[in-house]
Amino acid sequence: MKPAHFRGPRRLLAVVLAVGLSPSVLGCAVQAAQTVEIDIRYSRFSPEEVTVPIGVPVTFVLRNDDPIDHEWIVGDEEIHAVHRTSTEPIHDARPTEVMLPAMTTRTSTVTFQQPGRLRFICHLPGHEAYGMIGVVNIVP
Amino acid sequence: MRRRLMAALGAAVTAAILTVGPTLACGGLIGPNGAVNLLRTTTFAGYHAGVEHYVTAFQFAGGGGAFGSITPLPGVPSDVEKGGDWTLQRLILETDPIVEDSLALSFAARPAGEAEVLLEVRIDALDVTVLKGGAAEVGRWATNHGFRLPPDAPEVLDFYARRSPIFLAAVFDADAAAERGQAIGDGTPVHITIPTTNPWVPLRILALGKTGQERVDASVYLLTGREPALLPAPSGSNGMRLDHSAPASPALLADLRSDRGMEWVPESGWLTKVAVDGEAQQLSYDLAIDASGQGTPSWVAAGLDVPGSGIDRVTPAQLLLIALLGLSAVALLHLRRRVWEPPAAA
Repeated sequence: MKPAHFRGPRRLLAVVLAVGLSPSVLGCAVQAAQTVEIDIRYSRFSPEEVTVPIGVPVTFVLRNDDPIDHEWIVGDEEIHAVHRTSTEPIHDARPTEVMLPAMTTRTSTVTFQQPGRLRFICHLPGHEAYGMIGVVNIVP
Repeated sequence: MRRRLMAALGAAVTAAILTVGPTLACGGLIGPNGAVNLLRTTTFAGYHAGVEHYVTAFQFAGGGGAFGSITPLPGVPSDVEKGGDWTLQRLILETDPIVEDSLALSFAARPAGEAEVLLEVRIDALDVTVLKGGAAEVGRWATNHGFRLPPDAPEVLDFYARRSPIFLAAVFDADAAAERGQAIGDGTPVHITIPTTNPWVPLRILALGKTGQERVDASVYLLTGREPALLPAPSGSNGMRLDHSAPASPALLADLRSDRGMEWVPESGWLTKVAVDGEAQQLSYDLAIDASGQGTPSWVAAGLDVPGSGIDRVTPAQLLLIALLGLSAVALLHLRRRVWEPPAAA
């Protein structure tokens, strides 16, 4: 058995490697998680930016803590342009378009097939201007 | 006198009619379409014998459908009734004899339990409901009653509910107003009686639904027994300015007393007019008022501090005492050093 003062640095190295390779730390750079939680409070998304892997089903857990309705619509700028002027009352047929009634949690599973950067926005009147905008980074 | 007053008030009302739009006092306007623009409001907060008399007017803009407002209150009202016919107009005449563009408002308009309904009153075409609950409950109530709150509502409602969970919701049914024969410009004054230790006027709620740079324009009249201390102090640069501060004239008090529900108006008092004229983003506070003469308006009531922080428990007199004690301690230390200082070597 080695003296205690020899075990310390090795244990430290093991901890550093374990933490450094853990998904949570990788998430800071890549966040290649299959489940992503997004909270809404005071009409803000949190976090406002997430990173997901390409070609892998990602389940978004969308929690609306506000006493007002919101929606979570992710897509390219063409999609958002449509929703800015759309009068479609219900969106829930598509996993990238989720209605979030007040004080509810909804989940939606999306598989992104192209790398890139898509925005998620709440398109209820005034909400985008108020700052309800976030970004999904899709990485290989 | 009455004839002259009514003529003057008629002119004021005519001016108001020319600037059509629904108006209401210190409440945040909510509409079914979520798009709301509050241009100008007038409020009267009179305080006498431990009771705040809050008079506000809801003005009919024509058109159909319904809209409403939410007004935070400092306590549970003991009464909500139809307000007097000329109180607000008479106050305007007192401080702004020439009325121009006086009143105008336009609007493009975990499962939580609902708020507890404490009181329901129908006043003309207004359905007034006093609610008790947190932001989630009150927001839920509004949603369930067909109104879409603007995106800043969750934060604003929370701002108020943390201090007082009492809200007054007024739903204006424009169709019912039309059926009643109310014309454009006809206002519905509402008189809210609230027992409270000091008067208080919510201001941040006026910015509800507005973007940061949009203007908030409102007149707040205060009638108190003596000159009140205000927090924040209207400085002109903080979105508020003091337009009038003087003893109320006997004529004004007599005129106010002769209006419906205003018999409580005392024989003497101090009239203050605060003009709210700033950008929505400036209104991050409410108007705390100390009418007791102690000069200690509450930081919590102003929204500048959260309940329980202790700042409100320290009065200026106590601060002065602390400062005097500190100065005394410094002087004593200085004196001791001089007394015990060894003599300089010759």
